[in-house]
Amino acid sequence: EISSYLNSYISPALKSFLNILPKPRTSMNGDTGVIHVVEKAQDLKWVLTDGPHPPYMVLLEGELFTRELMLQLKGSSRISGLAVAISKPSPAQGFSPGLKCPNDGFGVYSNDYGPQYAHCNWTVWNPLGNGLAYEDFSFPIFLLEDANETQVIKQCYQDHNLPQNGSVPEYPLCAMQLFAHMHAVTNTVTCMRRSSLQTAFSLNPEEVCDALSDYNVWSTLKPINASSKINPVDEVIIVATRIDSHSFFWNVAPGAESAVASFVTHLAAAEALHKVPDVQMLPRNIMFTFFQGETFDYIGSSRMVYDMKMDKFPIRLDNIHSFLELSQVALRNSSVLWVHTDPVSRRNESIQPQVETLVEALINSSVGANVTLQEVGQSQPLPPSSFQRFLRAKSIPGVVLADHRTSFQNRYYQSMYDTAENILMKYPEGLSPEETLDYVTDTAKSLAEVATVVARALYQLAGGTGNTSAIQADPRMVSRMLYGFLIKTNNSWFQSIIKQDLKGLLGDELPQHYIAVTSLVNTTQLVQYVLANLTGTVVNFTKEECLNPEKTPNPEKEMYVYTWVQGSRDPNSTSRVPFCVQSTVHLTKAASPAFELKQWGSTEYSTWTESRWKDIRARIFLIASKELEIITLVVGIAILILSLLATYFINAKAHVLFSSPGDGGTVAY
Amino acid sequence: MTTAVFIGCSFIAFGPVLALCVCTIAAEPLSLVFLITGGFFWLVSLLLSSLVWFIAVQIGGSNNASVKKNFLIFGVVFSVLLQEVFRFAYYKLLKKANKGLMTVSQEETIPISVRQLSYVSGLGFGIMSGIFSLVNILTDSLGLGSAGIYGDSPQYFLSSAFMTLAIVPLHVFWGIVFFDACEKKKWWAPALVILSHLLVSGLTFLNPQYDGSLVPSYIIMMLMGTWAFFTAGGSLRNLKLCLMCRDKDFLLANQHPR
Repeated sequence: EISSYLNSYISPALKSFLNILPKPRTSMNGDTGVIHVVEKAQDLKWVLTDGPHPPYMVLLEGELFTRELMLQLKGSSRISGLAVAISKPSPAQGFSPGLKCPNDGFGVYSNDYGPQYAHCNWTVWNPLGNGLAYEDFSFPIFLLEDANETQVIKQCYQDHNLPQNGSVPEYPLCAMQLFAHMHAVTNTVTCMRRSSLQTAFSLNPEEVCDALSDYNVWSTLKPINASSKINPVDEVIIVATRIDSHSFFWNVAPGAESAVASFVTHLAAAEALHKVPDVQMLPRNIMFTFFQGETFDYIGSSRMVYDMKMDKFPIRLDNIHSFLELSQVALRNSSVLWVHTDPVSRRNESIQPQVETLVEALINSSVGANVTLQEVGQSQPLPPSSFQRFLRAKSIPGVVLADHRTSFQNRYYQSMYDTAENILMKYPEGLSPEETLDYVTDTAKSLAEVATVVARALYQLAGGTGNTSAIQADPRMVSRMLYGFLIKTNNSWFQSIIKQDLKGLLGDELPQHYIAVTSLVNTTQLVQYVLANLTGTVVNFTKEECLNPEKTPNPEKEMYVYTWVQGSRDPNSTSRVPFCVQSTVHLTKAASPAFELKQWGSTEYSTWTESRWKDIRARIFLIASKELEIITLVVGIAILILSLLATYFINAKAHVLFSSPGDGGTVAY
Repeated sequence: MTTAVFIGCSFIAFGPVLALCVCTIAAEPLSLVFLITGGFFWLVSLLLSSLVWFIAVQIGGSNNASVKKNFLIFGVVFSVLLQEVFRFAYYKLLKKANKGLMTVSQEETIPISVRQLSYVSGLGFGIMSGIFSLVNILTDSLGLGSAGIYGDSPQYFLSSAFMTLAIVPLHVFWGIVFFDACEKKKWWAPALVILSHLLVSGLTFLNPQYDGSLVPSYIIMMLMGTWAFFTAGGSLRNLKLCLMCRDKDFLLANQHPR
């Protein structure tokens, strides 16, 4: 065994993501380099200039993973790869590999619409953003999440690669090889063109990249027939949150503050609303929408707007009465929740009073709750939000709720550090997983307050006239959702609300919320099941009736979706008691219209694709000097030649050498 | 350690073998057949001995390192004994085959002498043994790394190759001595062969102290080589004759059609 394989705790860098960016070149056979551990900035000098055995494979401490350092490494040919050891605790100065101006150019502000707000000219939303995730590196970059793996590498380095008393370290040296060959090249346009040529003409198509796509989850308060269009005069209030995030590394996307807290609050508000007795009689409907792919230039929301325009969605843009979006809401400063609106559409005389009604409903709902709603300045633009995509299509009155007035409170926006710790989720020591599931954290209480305010405001906006003080979000449910979506999906509550044959859905490792290219990632499915559980009703159907509702015709059945869930475990036995849930939860495709229209270079819609790859792994081993290898080769050739000569001579003389008197010439050879 | 080491180690271990095959076996189809059959016999003996070892380990069933090593020693001893048994079996088979070949062919002389057979079968055993011991190590050497991350010596590949370089001729010499002793019914000679085989295999347990295992193995190889040389009909006189008349004989030989 001459190499030690590092196991699955590595994530290759997201440099596979292509928009219209040049693509890094990685070697087909893996990149190898002598390990060098960089723990302080001076250590980098060895790698860049001083070290005598380039190329180097750098093991970088998470604290040093900054833009300045990466730009130093970027152009160097002495680096064959980088492994970043995640910093625990998170870096104090914050870290965000996203852009300073997220989703710039795909929101509503452009040269034609509020040019003074375009390109973050008015407010820089993510000042800590260093844009690393959009940079191009010519070597593979891996993340080491397990401290034990990092220690193995450091130990090998200390045993073999440390310079002794200023002298050069001798062979054999400890080296690492990273395999992360990305098949795609250049940019989306090129790689999609190549893929389409392959699928059109090749018997065995070798596609090189895939569009990022998944599904949006939506549900209505009053059931509608999803296969036909609703009445044009019906009005719908849309509530929206995003459910995805990303980071520098592939499939590392904890997204606690940027996504999870928001959609958990949204789910809690939906549950609270469904409990109100007279909701089925409200004049307006409410659509709870969970958009997937918003991180990548609004994949989900742009697709929904496109579908609405093309009449492929049951609800049209004209049906939308107002829009309420929950942006990042977990890090409220002294319980203030900021209300953002769009200054440009408010100049319209019909939109302005509707926005004011919206804001008023919100402020009224916050009376008695530990939430103080404040409007940001009327001339301030909207933060990056799905609402902007709807505004692109039609001026709709709407607000975006956030915990920040100007720039984000989130210092780890779209990074691997946006975890449960970032939203201050603290559990006491020594709790079992079941107890942790049910423990109500302060974060959960705070988010439940926000959900209560949102639910009450929605009730009023939908035309409800009753007393709203009974509408309360359940902090225990919020806490369970936070646990399930941020710490461990494999918990007893999630197990009881999913379908029976979905064993692979729940895992024990930290949940990640990246859109990916395969359909229906775990996050989307779980949001779907949680929403069904919280907003649906249990109906007394058999398994047959539940799985095949069309067999028993009933006009009501077309308005609902039926799911057969496995139920919770009986405390005395090991079997579960499954049941049928009737809900209005639907999925619609969240794939950028650019790929439907085959406009791969579109600037109107998101064009993000992900490169395909074969092998992702890493291993460490010792390498010997070139001299030893050459010596071995020379010795081998010399022995071969020597033995050929010797054998030839002995063979030629065999009759002399091996003749003993009496043998004569009868010996045959 | 890359292709250079792979080629280097292959040549070190199998250089002499290659030379022997090219010069002595390649032209003689009968020799080739017996060579391959010899190799096959060695393989079967290894298969049986590894089966015995495997069963023993399963029955013994312990994870203790020293117990495992004891099982390995037992396995090696058993394997050596079984190899020699198979060598004897091959000898018996070859005698029968020779008789059969004589009756089938029209010739009056035996097609292949026992001396030649002993050399060929020894070579067959040696080739197979060498391939088996070295091929996995060679494939490992093709990669980028060198041995050592778990504390092994970095000279692992080289020393394995040199060990094989000693083992292959050793099998040839053992074969020659063994067959000759069986012909002449000198039963103390096979016993010495078995003993020296056990000694060489036992020396490998001294690894990674390679000087402890390689040097004595080479010494044993020289001794066995000398013994085999004399058994095969060589003598000091012939040697002197050969070395002195190297020029004359060589020139003379080249004038005769071969």
